[in-house]
Amino acid sequence: MVVLPSQLLGDIRNNKAGRGTFIEKGKIYSERLGILSKKMGYINVVPLKGRYNPVEGDSVIGIIIETSSSSWLVDINAPYPALLHVNEVPWSIEFGDTEKYLNYGDSIMAKILMVDESKRIQLTLNDRNLHKIVGGHIIDVEPSKVPRIIGKKGSMISLLKKYTRCRIFVGQNGRIWVDGDEKGIEKVVKVVNMIENEAVSYGLTRKIESLLKKDAKDVR
Amino acid sequence: MTIIPSIKRDYLCRLAEQGKRIDGRKFDEYRKIEIKPNIISKAEGSALVKIGNTQVLTGIKMDVGEPYPDSPETGVLTTGAELVPLASPDFEAGPPQEDAIELARVVDRGVRESEVIELEKLCIEPGEKVWIIFVDIHVLDYDGNLFDAASLASLAALFTTKVPAKRFDLGEDFPLPLREPPVSCTSVKFNNVVVADPCLDEEEIAEARLTVATDKNGDIRAMQKGLSGSFTKDEIKKVIKASINNGKEIRKILYKSIGK
Repeated sequence: MVVLPSQLLGDIRNNKAGRGTFIEKGKIYSERLGILSKKMGYINVVPLKGRYNPVEGDSVIGIIIETSSSSWLVDINAPYPALLHVNEVPWSIEFGDTEKYLNYGDSIMAKILMVDESKRIQLTLNDRNLHKIVGGHIIDVEPSKVPRIIGKKGSMISLLKKYTRCRIFVGQNGRIWVDGDEKGIEKVVKVVNMIENEAVSYGLTRKIESLLKKDAKDVR
Repeated sequence: MTIIPSIKRDYLCRLAEQGKRIDGRKFDEYRKIEIKPNIISKAEGSALVKIGNTQVLTGIKMDVGEPYPDSPETGVLTTGAELVPLASPDFEAGPPQEDAIELARVVDRGVRESEVIELEKLCIEPGEKVWIIFVDIHVLDYDGNLFDAASLASLAALFTTKVPAKRFDLGEDFPLPLREPPVSCTSVKFNNVVVADPCLDEEEIAEARLTVATDKNGDIRAMQKGLSGSFTKDEIKKVIKASINNGKEIRKILYKSIGK
């Protein structure tokens, strides 16, 4: 069900207020234009559109927008830029040498280390699978559509990987990195756009599979 | 300003080297163009133009006012553009920025220099009273190539315009006197390839941009070069040729939409 901002959703005596909602005088209201979902007693509103809301521990794809002598500022499609400090990267960097490692326009796979009350975001590269991205292509999608692109228990994404032979990494912030041969990348772009446009239709995974099967000759 | 990740730029360049574009078009191919004329009832004329996902709405208002002293017997044309924040995260509210002013000027020049409006017929009393045409361009959705969408919307809107003479006690309403319309076609250059009708990704990495307005006979009526890069002589010839060819197709769509 689509709800509008300030629409009454329930009472705090029976429900808990989840994401995208606010409480006023004991009643829960929607904060955004989005789709209502009730899970485990929580009332959530998943926005139809909008920027990424950073959550601690999320894997994201960021783009360096500024370098300073001991840190970088990274655009992660959130309302504010995120900070990446030299202590949070796997390389040992001399003071002032940051540009040699990551420069303006470079892309990274990072994890959100912490988000504080005033929405200041810190990133880290100190983990498995986190690194600077080289090669491939980045697709931008609505952050709210990311769960549909991954699918239930990763069903959609494994389908895509199987039929296109591409390496795919989906950042929670709505950026998707694809690497593989040109044809594979083209196909992924096409399918991702289709998923984004038809995110609410029923039986989407099956539909996508038949589409991919049609023009796939060699399947791993 | 959006930052373009360098790997996205590299991907677009790699595709271009193989003669491909990100949305599968040919280098000189346009996206789907849709024109909906007369969609605002309160305006004298209006049109909504879609080029792919780019959407531009133009409204025409007319008023009676004083002519400029150097042209006392011709009507006045004023073009304004607004890039509302609704259209793109890059657009800011407030007074028009450089890009909005350039957009309005390019549209204005295309319309003015092609002499599509018979401004001399819009004189009421020489030196005292003439018709003033306000062309207001609103960008609703930005996915590249605003120039073509805006000028096409303005032309389609002009063709639906009725001069509101009755409201000013100047006789019966009459359609705006018009000649043959010009058609603007924009191309951009990046990584030594020239592509027509750039989408947002292509526009973001573009080095140079050239807008050419041609008329029915294939004569050039207006041109605007943008951005800091350069074109070679051959590339400019190519752009002009592509503009004339695409202009023919777009003119057909324009005529069809206004029922001519």
